[in-house]
Amino acid sequence: MNHQPQIIWKQTVPGGCHWSGIIRRGTTLRLRDVEGGANAAVLFFNQEEKLERYNMADTLKSQHTFRLTKGHACHSDMGRIFCCITADTSGWNDTVCGLSDTDMIQKKYGTARFQEHRNQMFRSGLDGLLIELGKWGLGIRDIVANINFFSKVTTDARGELAYQTDHSKPGDYVDLSFIMNTLVVLSTAPHPLDPKKTYQPGMVDLELLNTPPEAIKECLHISENIRALHNAQNFYCEGVK
Amino acid sequence: MNTSYLHTSLLNPEHAVINEVCAAGEPWVKQVKQGQTFRIVDLEGNQAVDTLFYNAHNPEERYSATDTINRQNKLYLSTGSKLYSNLGNIMLSITADTCGQHDTLGGACSAESNTVRYAPEKFPMHSCRDNFLHALAHDPLCRELGISKRDLPSNINFFMNVPVTEAGGLEFADGVSAPGKYVEMHAEMDVIVLISNCPQLNNPCNAFNPTPIRLLIWD
Repeated sequence: MNHQPQIIWKQTVPGGCHWSGIIRRGTTLRLRDVEGGANAAVLFFNQEEKLERYNMADTLKSQHTFRLTKGHACHSDMGRIFCCITADTSGWNDTVCGLSDTDMIQKKYGTARFQEHRNQMFRSGLDGLLIELGKWGLGIRDIVANINFFSKVTTDARGELAYQTDHSKPGDYVDLSFIMNTLVVLSTAPHPLDPKKTYQPGMVDLELLNTPPEAIKECLHISENIRALHNAQNFYCEGVK
Repeated sequence: MNTSYLHTSLLNPEHAVINEVCAAGEPWVKQVKQGQTFRIVDLEGNQAVDTLFYNAHNPEERYSATDTINRQNKLYLSTGSKLYSNLGNIMLSITADTCGQHDTLGGACSAESNTVRYAPEKFPMHSCRDNFLHALAHDPLCRELGISKRDLPSNINFFMNVPVTEAGGLEFADGVSAPGKYVEMHAEMDVIVLISNCPQLNNPCNAFNPTPIRLLIWD
C-alpha cells in the first residue's frame, strides 16, 4: 500500500489470549502477526442475529478454494458476506483444522497453571473462544469450523494433511473489510496441528481502519461473491449498489 | 481415490433390526445405540447423503468435521476413519466402505447458499438445510433432544467426492460411488443420526438426479 490509512484503534492480543468485539461495516480489521508463526482462530456472527454465523463449507464451495487469501470473502450460512479479504501478505489461511482444546494442549505441552505461571499459563483455542462467546450470550453450540489466519495446511492426493511451519513471517498481515456489522471472536492459541514442542503462540496486533473506497472490488471477480454481496446489501435495505 | 480403503462387510441385511429406504429429498432420523452397526447404501449411485450425529444423551455433543480432520490429520473419510465429536470423543468408527472416499468439507445445501452458488431464482428449491429444519421441527427424537438451527454444524457428505489439490483448489468432482456401494460404521456411543438425502438439482456431482438410499442397523 502506498498510503497508510488512519488507525481508528489498536489492540495487542498476546499469544494464547483471546478477544472479541463488534466490527462495523465500512471498516477494515487488520490482523498483524507481530513476530511470525502466530495463529489467529476466528469466528464471525451477525451482530443483529447471532444465529447467522461463518460457514466454512459455503465459503469454500462458493469460491472453489481450500485456502483463503486476498480476493476471497468470508461467507455466512445465510448466503451473505461478512467480510472480504482485501490484503493478505502470507498468502494462505486455513479454515478446516478447527481449534486446539485443553486435552490437546496438555498432551503436547504439559500444564502451566495461572498459580505458577501467571498470564503465561497455557490456554487453548476452544477455551478462548468459549470465554469470548460467553460475553455475548453464546457458547459451545455456536462453535463451528473457524478460520485460522496465518496458518497454512496443505494436503496430498490421499487427503493427508501437512502443517507448513515458518509460513507466516514477522509483520505479515491480513485485512478483513467488513460488509456486515459483525461479532468477531478470536483466539491466539496454537493451531491444533502446530508441531512446535514448546508452547509459544505468537502475538497478534489488531488495527481498525476505514475501508478505502474500491477495496472490496478485490473480491468481486468471483460471481458468487457478487451475489452474496447483493444478499448482504438487501439485508441492510440498500438494494443493489 | 485410494483402493486400500475398500472394505466389504459380512453382515447380512436379513438380520438387520432396521432396514428402511429413504426417498430422495427427505430427512431420516434414528437412534443408533453404542455397539450397533449402521450402514448407508447408495442404491442408484452418486447420491449425496448429508449426515450429522448427536450424542443421544447430550445434544451439545455433536459431530465435528474439524475435530475429525485435525485428530487424524486427514481430509477424507473411509474405512478406519473415526468420526469425532466437538468434545474430542469418538462417536462412530467406519468399519466397511465399498465406495472408498467420503467428504466432510462440502457441508449442506441451503436455500440461501443456492442463491449464491447458482442464482437468486434458485431460492425456492428444496435443500438439505430445509430437510434438517423440517426434521428438527417434527421428528420426536430431534424434539426430545431439543436441538435447533444453532446445533447444525458442518456435516458429512457420504458418497461425495470433493478433491482438494496441493495448491489449495477445491471442487465437487464427478462421483466415485456407484449403485449398491455402501459405508458402514460402528457406534462408540449412543447417537442420534440426522440425515438429509440431498435434493440438490443444480450440481453435476449427483448427475442432477437425487435418488433413494437404504439405511440398516444391526445389533
